[in-house]
Amino acid sequence: MSSQSINQLAGHLFRHEAGKMAAVLTRILGSDRLEVAEDIVQDTLIKAMETWRFNGVPENPSAWLHTVAKNKALDYIRSRARHEQIHSEIARTIHSEWTLPSSVSRLFSEHEMEDSQLRMMFAACHPSIPEESQVALVLKVLCGLSAREIAVAFLTNEETIQKRIFRAKEKLREERINLEMPVQTFLSDRIEAVLKVLYLLFNEGYHPAESNAQTREDLCEESMRLVYLLIQNPVTRQPKVFALMALMCFQASRFDARSDSVGFVSLEQQDRSLWNKALMDQGFSWLEQSSEGDELSEYHVEAAIAAVHMKASSFQETNWRQLLSLYDVLGTLKSGPIVALNRAIAIGYARSYSEGLEALKNITELSNNHYYHSATGNFCLLLGQQDKAMEAYTKAMQLATATVDKDFLQKKINSISPSFV
Amino acid sequence: MEKFMFIFHGGSSSALSPNDAQSNMQKWMSWIENLSKSGRYVSGEPLEPKGKMVSGPKKLVTDGPFAEGKELVGGYFIIHAKDLDEAVELAKDCPDFELNGKVEVRPVMKM
Repeated sequence: MSSQSINQLAGHLFRHEAGKMAAVLTRILGSDRLEVAEDIVQDTLIKAMETWRFNGVPENPSAWLHTVAKNKALDYIRSRARHEQIHSEIARTIHSEWTLPSSVSRLFSEHEMEDSQLRMMFAACHPSIPEESQVALVLKVLCGLSAREIAVAFLTNEETIQKRIFRAKEKLREERINLEMPVQTFLSDRIEAVLKVLYLLFNEGYHPAESNAQTREDLCEESMRLVYLLIQNPVTRQPKVFALMALMCFQASRFDARSDSVGFVSLEQQDRSLWNKALMDQGFSWLEQSSEGDELSEYHVEAAIAAVHMKASSFQETNWRQLLSLYDVLGTLKSGPIVALNRAIAIGYARSYSEGLEALKNITELSNNHYYHSATGNFCLLLGQQDKAMEAYTKAMQLATATVDKDFLQKKINSISPSFV
Repeated sequence: MEKFMFIFHGGSSSALSPNDAQSNMQKWMSWIENLSKSGRYVSGEPLEPKGKMVSGPKKLVTDGPFAEGKELVGGYFIIHAKDLDEAVELAKDCPDFELNGKVEVRPVMKM
């Protein structure tokens, strides 16, 4: 055994293989046996762990895992097929030893495994499954996270996550959502939901919540991996998928700059030299590819907005006029007070602070949002209205829940002239 | 240097997430690597959690498992150490204590 064999497993081999194998096994056994598929995956990984830790990692760890999982699936089918029905695309082949092993092996090929993950993704985003359950199911089954790990990331308890996953599995069974159909069958009406779930997943990791940084980075990495799967498949590689990938790369490039030893660092204060150049470049390259075709999705505009920030050498140098026009476009694609809030901020910097403040005042739905009050405080401060700024920041402070946000607001409050009490 | 056997009991791994399982395994591999580098590690093997038990004058054959999951022997090492105290110190680096595993440390009898 050498340290090379240990490093070979750097990254998240087990987690990624768990997702792949769960998807293909669900395709083989039918989605009503998703839990059997998960058990087989778990047994396979535990067997690998117990063997490899003594004997070292085999030459091709993925192939080793796939063989074990495949054999476990064959054992399961052989012991059940006589008495129970298997609802899956290989159902017709399972009663003959002539056809069973080859049809199972075929689905374990690299190409079919990728396809199975896409099918699983589209099944998990079935409209009958509530959104929070879609997200939990994707994380559990496709990303190989345990309910406990998901709960840590979402700042909730394990039981809540278990319930969401249970709900999703129940719907898969009730609605007979199987993985038989190729993705293109429901591509057009479900890709939106898939992208939305992946973006939610990314944001959950990206938001500076209390949960530990590793867990959050994992979520970002996983969502990007799944978007990449969509890009690799000719059926799902659409311009808006490139746009979402660009957006994720831009945001992820700021990961390290967003916090220092003391806490959260706002975009304005970030040391831009800490932005990850490689991810930025990738973002620009995906953004360029996203412009094929004439579709303009919200991800296109959001990626373009992120690109404006990426191109600015400092917060002051930001092209706020361009941002403002992008927010105008975004408003036509995606309504909602958060877009209005960001647009108001752009107005404040592109035109004048008082116009920004005026635009903020016109937003009525965000009286319970701390970002809203924080933005108000910021423009008041820039206009020299210290008392109003203090009032807004205090309000924001009362509404913020995450420690990182509170620390940030406290710093702002402390910075307001000490003569003002 | 004398020979010792480490017998690994229990250490529940069935509820580990994929990431936890991988990190446990990597800790084991580093542990073995360190023991090898310092010339302590002789050999080791994992045991399947299944098998048969043959017992008594009638050579009665029964099916496993032979003990509760938390007592089940999952594998063994043969290592070199100066004395029992040092062997025990080496055993303390086993990564399975956080999973409630146990390590039985036994001197190999000198012939």
